[in-house]
Amino acid sequence: MNTEAIKDLLYKMADDALVIGHRNSEWTGIGPMLEEDLAFSSMAQDKVGHSQALYQIIHTVFGEREPDVLAFQRSEKEFKCCQLVELPIGEYDFSLIRHFLFDHAEALRYEMLTTSTLMPLAQLAKKVRGEIKYHVMHADTFLKQLANGSEESKARMQASLNYAMPYALGIFEKSAFEDTLIGEGVFGGEEKLQHLWLEKVTGIVTTAGLQMPQVDEAKIIYGGRKGFHSEYLKSLLDEMTEVTRIDPSAEW
Amino acid sequence: MQTAIKHITDTDIWVALESVKDPEIPVISVVEMGIVTKVASGESQVASGQSSRYARVTMTPTFVGCPAIGVMKKDIYDAVKKLGFEEVEVTVDMDTAWSSDRMTPEAKSKLEKFGIAPPAVMDSDLTEEMLDKVRCPHCHSTDTTLRSAFGSTLCRAIRFCFSCKQGFEQFKPL
Repeated sequence: MNTEAIKDLLYKMADDALVIGHRNSEWTGIGPMLEEDLAFSSMAQDKVGHSQALYQIIHTVFGEREPDVLAFQRSEKEFKCCQLVELPIGEYDFSLIRHFLFDHAEALRYEMLTTSTLMPLAQLAKKVRGEIKYHVMHADTFLKQLANGSEESKARMQASLNYAMPYALGIFEKSAFEDTLIGEGVFGGEEKLQHLWLEKVTGIVTTAGLQMPQVDEAKIIYGGRKGFHSEYLKSLLDEMTEVTRIDPSAEW
Repeated sequence: MQTAIKHITDTDIWVALESVKDPEIPVISVVEMGIVTKVASGESQVASGQSSRYARVTMTPTFVGCPAIGVMKKDIYDAVKKLGFEEVEVTVDMDTAWSSDRMTPEAKSKLEKFGIAPPAVMDSDLTEEMLDKVRCPHCHSTDTTLRSAFGSTLCRAIRFCFSCKQGFEQFKPL
């Protein structure tokens, strides 16, 4: 198997999960209502757990450093997350829309990975897809409710959807290893995933009564997968690693 | 001591593990939860012809990000070590994926007595119906509703009972 190709896939998935997990956790204590505070905090815990499991595979199977080191001691340039997950939490409507767009991609990605030829990844995927179902269900419920709430809630959801779409399409930025991963049966590829995702997301958005933004004309925000990030990642990492940097070798 | 140790079997390990409780649900053991997937013990040769008794326990996480895994791992280690093994190894892996269907019927009934509605059987993928008709652990009415799929721990949801007008927790089907 092509080690570089697989590590690239694992890093981007792990980094996505860690960074969105960190963003989700920023709602802890300030959610618009108690249930939503809990929801975003719980999803944060799940995502960080998923990232840890992915870093663990990178560590055990490919001999890279420990999960904590990979999470807290890599530079911004080494991160492979898409820019969608880096964006600040913004208003609640944006966080919900991002959660909706990201988690549907995540759910489908793990579904595809349940048949991966990389055994530990297939096992993790089978496990994680059950957890992500709850995330997706949560996103769908709130999307439907707010799209059919007041005029303001509908307008906000639509505006956030329009804003987030070019970033969301950046989730599917192809790596140099697409053909290898597909050929070796590790992962079905970003193109296939994007196709499945668009179909799924369009259906839910339209049923909820929102307008699906024009995808063909979108100026897609790529770069994250190759280490080119938004201005927000650096400050997020600085904050996230603040304590570790005081004493990186400390035992917890 | 040496002769006594020789009689310890895998069954003794399983029995010892019954005393290790899930720290988030202190009435249910890690065995009843279905968290322990494998137990093995034996003798390995060490230097100068001496042998040493070892025990290996494999466990699988309920939710991947469950923060109680570390505590359970340590509690399992301590409980097995007490039996007299020289070497105890506790491994966490996902070779066997945990599902709420791994919980024993006893665990589910203890869970309900503890005040948490047990998870519905997951014979298929999760559906909204599985989160629909859940019995209230206090008054046993099924006239209840899901308030939030996320609760005080990763494995619990928050529900409300229209009959006794109380909130309660449900262990999520997974």
